[in-house]
This record gives sequence, C-alpha cells and structure tokens, in this order.
Amino acid sequence: MNLDYLILALKNLKHRGIRSWLTLLGIFVGVTAVVALIGLGNGLQAAVGAQFGVSSTQVITVQAGGLNSYGAPGSGAVNKLTMADVDAIQKLPDVELAIPRNIETVKTEFNNKLGILSAVSVPYGEKKRGGWEVMDLEAEKGRLLQDSDLKKVVIGNSLSRNTNTFDKGIEIGNKILIDDEKFEVVGILKKKGSFIFDNVILVNNDVLMDLIGYGNEVDLIAVTVKDSSVMNRTVEEITKLMRDRRDVKRGEEDFEVSTPAAMLETVNSILGGVQAFIIIIASISILVGAIGIVNTMTTSVLERQKEIGIMKAIGAKNSQIFMQFFFESGMLGFIGGLVGVILGTVIGIVGVSALNSFLGAEISPMVNFPLIGGALIGCFLIGAAAGIVPAMNASKQNPVEVIRG
Amino acid sequence: MEEENREVIRLRDVSKFYPMGDSVVKALNGINFKVYKGEFVAIMGPSGSGKSTAMNLVGSLDMPTHGTIYLDGGDISELSESDLAQVRGQKIGFIFQSFNLIPNLTVKENVMLPMMFQGTSVEEREKKAEELLKLVELDDRMEHYPSEISGGQMQRVAIARSLANDPEVILADEPTGNLDTKTGAIVMDFLEKLHKQGKTIIMVTHDSDLAEEYADVVYWLRDGELEKVTKRVGKRFVDVTKKKKAHGVK
Repeated sequence: MNLDYLILALKNLKHRGIRSWLTLLGIFVGVTAVVALIGLGNGLQAAVGAQFGVSSTQVITVQAGGLNSYGAPGSGAVNKLTMADVDAIQKLPDVELAIPRNIETVKTEFNNKLGILSAVSVPYGEKKRGGWEVMDLEAEKGRLLQDSDLKKVVIGNSLSRNTNTFDKGIEIGNKILIDDEKFEVVGILKKKGSFIFDNVILVNNDVLMDLIGYGNEVDLIAVTVKDSSVMNRTVEEITKLMRDRRDVKRGEEDFEVSTPAAMLETVNSILGGVQAFIIIIASISILVGAIGIVNTMTTSVLERQKEIGIMKAIGAKNSQIFMQFFFESGMLGFIGGLVGVILGTVIGIVGVSALNSFLGAEISPMVNFPLIGGALIGCFLIGAAAGIVPAMNASKQNPVEVIRG
Repeated sequence: MEEENREVIRLRDVSKFYPMGDSVVKALNGINFKVYKGEFVAIMGPSGSGKSTAMNLVGSLDMPTHGTIYLDGGDISELSESDLAQVRGQKIGFIFQSFNLIPNLTVKENVMLPMMFQGTSVEEREKKAEELLKLVELDDRMEHYPSEISGGQMQRVAIARSLANDPEVILADEPTGNLDTKTGAIVMDFLEKLHKQGKTIIMVTHDSDLAEEYADVVYWLRDGELEKVTKRVGKRFVDVTKKKKAHGVK
C-alpha cells in the first residue's frame, strides 16, 4: 500500500524542474563531505602511521626538545642528546638495545642535479642489526650496509625511480655526491610507504660523522625493550634517567620519550579533531539542505493545489495526500544522499589512490557499507521530516477552491 | 421498480452563503434537489446562477451553510472528512470542464488513481484501467501523458477515470465546455452510452440545448434560486415545478 505512494512520489519527482534539484545541493555536499572524509580518514591514519618508519610498536624513541624545532627530528634541539645518554640508557635493566640515530640534511648530487636529502646514520655491530629490525628495513636490490663499509650508502626505494629529484633513477653501483664527496650505492631498500624512508640515504655512523661533524651528538635514540610488558615502565625509567642527566625538574623536560603507539594516538586525536570539524560543517550543510527541501516542498504544494484538489475529489483521504508528499520529500532527501554517497565514495577512492601514489603507500580504499546505508536512511528521514509541514498543508487543502477553471 | 426510484443524491433546503466583506453572498438559497438512480439530470444556469456551488455540494466537495445533503441515503455532514473522501471516491465519478488529469501521470495511471485511493490491488487496478480505456477507445494511448493527447481524448480519459470505482453517479461539470462541437458530441455520446447502461448522470451546464438534448430532468438555476424544473415527456420538456411536492412524496 505504501509502495504506491513511493511510486507516485518518484513519478512526481521525475517531472521536477532543476530548481528542486538545486535545493538538494546542501544535502549532497554534506553527505559527500562525510563519506569522503571517513573513507579518506582511515587512509590518512594508515599513511601517517607509515611515516614513523618504525613498524614495531615495541620501540621507544627518545628525542631532545628545544626552542628550535625546525629541521629533521631532534636535530634542532638546543641541548642535544649525546652518545653518553645512549650508553646510560643501554645500562637500564629492561632495555635490550639503545640505538643512536643521526638524521642530517645533506646536499646530494647525481645526474648533474642537486638535491637536498636526509642522511641517516647507521650504528655498528649488534645495534646495526637491531636498527634494521626496528626500522623494518630490507634491501630490495644489493645489500644493507656492513660495518666495514666506508664510502658506501644504501638508498630509499623512491630514489631508484626516475621520478626522484634527480630525474634519473639511481642504480646499484652508481656514484652519488654527498656534500661533495663521492659515495657508491650498494643497496636499494624495499618500499616502505613512508616519504622519509623512501627518500633516505643510509650511511655508517662514523662516515656520516666525518662528513657532517656532529661529534658525540645524537638526534634520536631508538630503544627496544626485553619484553613488551615492561614498555610503560621503561618509558618512565628512561624519563627519570634523562631528567637526572639533563638536570631538569619533572614537568619541565626538554626531551621527549615516546612510543609509536602514543605518537599515533596524538596523530589520531588531531585527525579526529579535523574530522569533527568537517562533520560539523557537513551537518550545517545538511541542515541548509533540509531547509531547502522545506522550501521546495512548500512551493510544490502551492503549485500543485489544483492537483491536490483533483485527488481529493476523486477520493483521496487527507492521510493519502499527506503520505504522497511525505514520501516525495523523503525521496528528495534520499536522492540528495545517494548523489552524495556516490560522489563521496569516488572522492574517497581517488583520494586514497592519490595518497598511495604520493606517499608510495599501499592503503586499500575503504567502502563503508553501514555508513552508506546509514547516510541514505538518514537523508530519507531528514527529507521526510522536512516535508512534514508542507505535506500537512497539502492534505488540508480544500478541494473546492482549486478544481474549477 | 423500487430500485429505479431509489434516491442517489438529495439536497434538502440547501443554502450556501459566502461572507464577502460585511455582506453575505447567497450563492445558493434554499435549494431542493433529488436525483434517482438511473436518471440523467442536468443542472442548467447562466454564469453566476450558483451552478458551480451546486456542483460542489452535489459532489459533496463542500458543506452547505444550511440544509442537509444525503448521499445514497446518508447525511454527509455526519461523515469525517476522510470518510467523506472515501465515500465520494466510491460513489461519485467526476468529469471536469478542464479535464483535470494529473499531468505527471500517464493516461493509464490517471485512470488507476481513484482505485489506488480505495486500496485496490495493483493488478486489479491495471486490469480495470485497461478495460475502461478500451471502453472509451483510448487503449492505444495508455502510456501517453495528458500533454501528449488532444482535449477530446483527455475528456475521454476523464470519463474512464470517473468510472474507475464503478460509482453510482457520474457528475459532469461542463464536460464539453472546453471542446469543439464535434469532439464535444463524441464525449456526450459516451455519457449517453453510460446512461443507457444504467449509470446515473448529473451534468452541470450553461447550454440549454445540450441539457435538453440528453437529460431527462433539467433543474434551472437563476441567482442562487431554483427557477424551474423541467422533465422530458416524449420529445418535449414539461415544467414540473408545481408538482414538486407530489414528486417529493414518492
């Protein structure tokens, strides 16, 4: 029975002018924003996660903080970490390995073109192996660095492609200039999906130190623990140790001890804020759309007074007239939502593939069916709710005044 | 014979007043009107005579200011608006001067619409609509929209629509008013045919020739009052106004 009104509503909608559809703009912009955002949001989270370049969640990173926070992580600190800090952390009972890492911005030359890249130091011995593991690095071609390597480097995957800053992919055996010194490329890393690691140059620590001259300073210490259950305790132990070593009070720390999980949480909370903001904007947009539906339905009822009169004359009850306009209004909302869902999904998918090609990540686009279903039902309800008053006006129409002439 | 004499619609001392500023317009004043089953009745009058008002009241689209309207023996003022709509949909089929088809629906859907309001199943609706359109010889135009067919065809669709719920009464308001003579005659022939099949027909018109050509009884309205009632006797019309009382006693 109600299906009749749905069909009737659809037939009437088919004959609607462009004016009616324009009022749906608000609905479909709002829905597009929400659907695209949620599709993209998951991609973004994954992409941001990949940027840390640390796949293991059992790694604690220690960085010095300071006034100057520009440049590579830890490098802008006023009071830098030192090798002595590394040794002290290494001595903590729960610590398995404390791996020092320096990240330096270097001038690079290849194919007669200059590029500014990040060079990351690689420690020796056990810490070298630990470092590969912590950073989840493997060679796709060639090999990783060995302790005995001097003027040799391993490069990130993106540098081996023609789309790099040098307009020519670097191959194994190629020579590149780093701060005007010649280095041989011995390995190319597997793709990481992280902008930093896919464009990195790995150099043995002593070699890089000779080149840049950072002495005992360390930009970042990656700490692995013996057992994941003692993660939080170890973070506290390191924090306490560093406070003592740097002679700062609790709450005034000029360094940071964090876990990838904590960092991800921070990022997620920022993303969450952005999402909340966009959802608020989208809600306003949908509200405007709903008002648009009220408007177009009111106009439509006025325009179709005669039609309503005819239907009443041929036996339509008030409730039947009401139902027809109610469904029509609901379907207006539904169609707005449908366009929004389709557009939003497309934007989500395109956005995720854009992220993938930009960051070299491999995030699969998400199509959230419960969300889509919810959005469609929601839009129908919003449209129907917007149509209640116009539909009531329609149903109260007096047949007499409208059918003549 | 008793069935023949059954009252289908009756207006008893019906008046309709419209307030207009400080004064009151008496569109209809103290009208008595009776239609028996199977009759072809015309309500005749020049413009301003109150025949539109009469048509609305007879069709139970409007309520009188004074007096009572009986539809199939029942007082319509006792029905709720929705019940009245249902009863109207079942018992009266409307044909309007300006056709009044729903522009967004096809010819067939227009004919199906009154049945939808009665809750008839889709299959039955379709079957009946096809039958009726065949009857008015428009079965080849079923999927067209009203804007795609001629005025005469639209009025035939309206006839088909008026028959959808198999009503007792067909109420035709100037059915040929917007048509040329030739197509008007075709439409009237259909009404005549329906009358012959036993339908009660009430036609509102300003055209006395048309009224006397088809109707059995003609109610003449002037300035909101019933001027006279004439009845066909053989080929002529006889004034039966004086015998009204005798007529009413039956």
